[in-house]
Amino acid sequence: MTEVEVNVTVNGRAFRRRIEPRLLLSDFIRHDIGLTGTHVGCENGVCGACTVLLDGLATRSCCTLAVQAGGRNVETVESLGRVNNLSPLQRGFWEKHGLQCGYCTPGMLMLVTELLRENPNPDRETIRLRLNDNICRCTGYEDIISSVERAVELMRGEKAVR
Amino acid sequence: MAEAGKILSPPAGRHKERPDQRLNVIGTRMLRKEDPRFLVGRGRFVDDIALPNMAHAAVLRSPHAHARIRSIDKRAAMALPGVAAVISGDEAARETGPLPCFASPPVEQRCIALGKVRHVGEPVALVVADSRYLAEDAVALIKVEYEPLPAVSDVMEAINSRGDAVLHPERGPNNVAEHRQYVFGPVEQEFARAAHVVKRHLRWARSGGQPIETCGAVASFDEGSEKFTIYVNSSMYNYIGFTIATALKVASHQVNIVPVDAGGSFGSKLFLHKVAVLAGLGARASGRAVKYIEDRIDNNTACDNHGSDRTYDVELALDSNYRMTALRYKVVDDYGAYLQYGLGTHGNGFSQTVGPYKIRAVGAEIYAVFTNKCQQGACRGFGSEVTNFMIERIVDAAVDELRLDPIQFRRDNFIQPDEFPYQIPTGNLYDSGNYPGALDLALQLLDYHAWRDKQQLMRTQGRYVGIGVASCQEKGVFSATEFWMLNRVRGFALTSSPESASIKIDATGKAVISLHAPCCGNSPETVAAMVLAEQLSMDPADISVTYSDTDHGLPGTGPGGSRYTVMIAGAVTGAAKIIKEKLKRVASHMLEAGPHDLEFRDGKIGVKGASGLEVSIAEVATRAHFFRLSLPDDPDLTSGLDASYTYDHPLATLPKSDSDFGIFYPIMGHMCHMPVVEVDAKTGQVSFLDYVAVHDCGTMVNPMTVDGHVRGGTAQGIGTALLEQFEYDKNGQPQQTSFQDYLMPRVLNLPPQVRIGHLVTPSPYTEYGVKGAGEGGRMVAPPAVACAIEDALRPLGVRIDSLPVTPARLRALIREAEARKAPSLRLA
Repeated sequence: MTEVEVNVTVNGRAFRRRIEPRLLLSDFIRHDIGLTGTHVGCENGVCGACTVLLDGLATRSCCTLAVQAGGRNVETVESLGRVNNLSPLQRGFWEKHGLQCGYCTPGMLMLVTELLRENPNPDRETIRLRLNDNICRCTGYEDIISSVERAVELMRGEKAVR
Repeated sequence: MAEAGKILSPPAGRHKERPDQRLNVIGTRMLRKEDPRFLVGRGRFVDDIALPNMAHAAVLRSPHAHARIRSIDKRAAMALPGVAAVISGDEAARETGPLPCFASPPVEQRCIALGKVRHVGEPVALVVADSRYLAEDAVALIKVEYEPLPAVSDVMEAINSRGDAVLHPERGPNNVAEHRQYVFGPVEQEFARAAHVVKRHLRWARSGGQPIETCGAVASFDEGSEKFTIYVNSSMYNYIGFTIATALKVASHQVNIVPVDAGGSFGSKLFLHKVAVLAGLGARASGRAVKYIEDRIDNNTACDNHGSDRTYDVELALDSNYRMTALRYKVVDDYGAYLQYGLGTHGNGFSQTVGPYKIRAVGAEIYAVFTNKCQQGACRGFGSEVTNFMIERIVDAAVDELRLDPIQFRRDNFIQPDEFPYQIPTGNLYDSGNYPGALDLALQLLDYHAWRDKQQLMRTQGRYVGIGVASCQEKGVFSATEFWMLNRVRGFALTSSPESASIKIDATGKAVISLHAPCCGNSPETVAAMVLAEQLSMDPADISVTYSDTDHGLPGTGPGGSRYTVMIAGAVTGAAKIIKEKLKRVASHMLEAGPHDLEFRDGKIGVKGASGLEVSIAEVATRAHFFRLSLPDDPDLTSGLDASYTYDHPLATLPKSDSDFGIFYPIMGHMCHMPVVEVDAKTGQVSFLDYVAVHDCGTMVNPMTVDGHVRGGTAQGIGTALLEQFEYDKNGQPQQTSFQDYLMPRVLNLPPQVRIGHLVTPSPYTEYGVKGAGEGGRMVAPPAVACAIEDALRPLGVRIDSLPVTPARLRALIREAEARKAPSLRLA
């Protein structure tokens, strides 16, 4: 298949690659760029494990072609914190047991990243409604909701310190 | 024959650590060691593995439920540039043997169908190519000529099938894989003298674990050493590694299986054989490393791990005081196309087949039937979740028909706290429990009587609100006899399910623990680190946990049957004790004090009663590793600080006969759930107004992760009760091949809050008194929710005998009930 050139910014770094037009964004991120934090679950946009931000919007990368990300900004879980310096959102998930197997977690984190940029102080009901977009098979969601509430608290604390 | 009742001379425990001691780490809500890597996207899942020159595999799936394969033309696929191998069933059968099977006589399953396909989705060919995209292109170019055979989808039809509709004619003239009958205790006598007999016909539909990550493997074959290396997301790899080797037709030391994080399992990734064998087959054929990851359709249609699919005719005998005396059931189980675990899921159910009740006798007739569907495997509960549903539904039927109080009736029939250890009629032993305590705690947490008042009020407002109750067992720690004790021919009668841990303390005093089954959402690293930290009074941050490959692995079985926390607590305790002895010997020399005068405190080893007289574990470790000549000249005192320990099942016996299976699943947890639901009678939608879950898993290593299992398992159980099902049409076509059709709970399907109550009744047989909790809420939520829906619709007289209760099904039940109530309305 004829390859095309694509320029995508992922987590602030510019990548130029020659790819098949049919290549999915999820495969591009995982296997061409090598950022394996983004996971693939259902392959038809239902579960949301593959959620990344595309120009700031939560997007199913398993249903998006990599060429559609040409000239745009992709943010993945790797853009958040590091193991020794977790972001408040990641910290919230750790403290409130918001993950078990960790497979849906990157998608959840990116979904919530979008929410918290729109609304830094969501109430529990708002969080529940947004988390309804993605599937977690381990937790029953309640601890994820509490994790987001905790993250909101931590982010407020950070602002107060500044 | 096993007589039910309290065991007067109970077997002695072999545990080293008692539950009733002051603990510093065990019992705390320590944050999980597993989490940081997952939170930053640095878990290592199977699709994250990339080997040099790696190729990718895809399978051609059968579109037919049942057909002979007449011919396969793979020329066009082979001609596609970038394709390295195209392998048919005939070719695969020259390179591989049958896949492993616990049934005896075994049922032959091949990694690629040989001659005949028996369900939609079964692999017909394997393609290896430069990319997954190319492999799927090539799959589309393979031409297969099928000769369709009659497809068997209905289980009752399957029983009577003949001729070409028989899936495995070599095993017999019809599709009945097994028909077994068991009598435990005086069943006939109890029914003959019963004052009341309650009967129900119950249906539990096929669902599955369906974790968000599918199954997969990456294999390479080194021609120099003639050895496979296989990364696979199996959580039982260390137990079953030799079966993968056998299927690949090499000796077991010619396969090294390397564990990876598993993105959820719920049973479905325990015994993964097909993906590993397919990847290995492709690697040897192509001379390249090969990755094979199921896509979602592969997983939904051919993961080999659909759950139980049962129909029960069940009867309960009661005496004139409404005491349950005997239970009798006929169960027909639609196993699908193969029988990898034999009747293991029914063996499992026999561990707790009387629930928490003093039922004296049990009769069981089991039909295991082949149909043209994906085969059954393990699904959170391993069959016992269905047994729980059966027991609680017949208990509720008695409540309903005999106009009893659901709480008092249960309470009157419970095995009492002073009656443990208790032997049930099947021979299994319940180690300990406090069922009235759990019930009371649930009543109190829910504020049950207040809800009953509210329910009355809401009924007057035309609202259908119901309160459910279910009191269920969660058997923990299988002994492995359940896998074969129902086989007609005993076959591979394994009796061990050990678990090992190795601990190394390095020269600076940091510890590495090696385990033998990776994280699949459980918390093995957290649990192991907490137990070692407790033993050595270390900081858990100074402990890391890794997983051995099979080359370096010791005996280990992995998670399953709510066993892993109990087992690694035992293995780590055993290894830690060896290390403690050695630390004390070295420290005793350094402190010039007798080893018996020493104690572990705060990361140090000190002389009892003499604060300040102490050395740190790090100092002792340095001495032990590097300063041999400054220690006593004792040949037993070798350099280093390491130990391994293999922990065997804490309490198990061999089956004695077909009416006494011995002790095979004795570490008995318990749960009491009370959901409050509201049914919208117009739409058939069920929503939750409240949910209380009381859980007793003995001593909790980490209450935070126990809560996680309770909540997550409850969510899955609610899915089983309301949403999830794998249906096949009359031609054997699966109706739920994607997550668009296979509905799993989302946030809004679930209670806003599951309020948890913990009761702690420690096991007298395990280290620290720990019991299992992994199967959690899925063991109890389905009957609890069914009970609540039935209670909500009591004014209409709707019975819930079948799960899942989808809105459409509930609407149909409501329509029928209304028609019964007002037949004239129906005419109008």
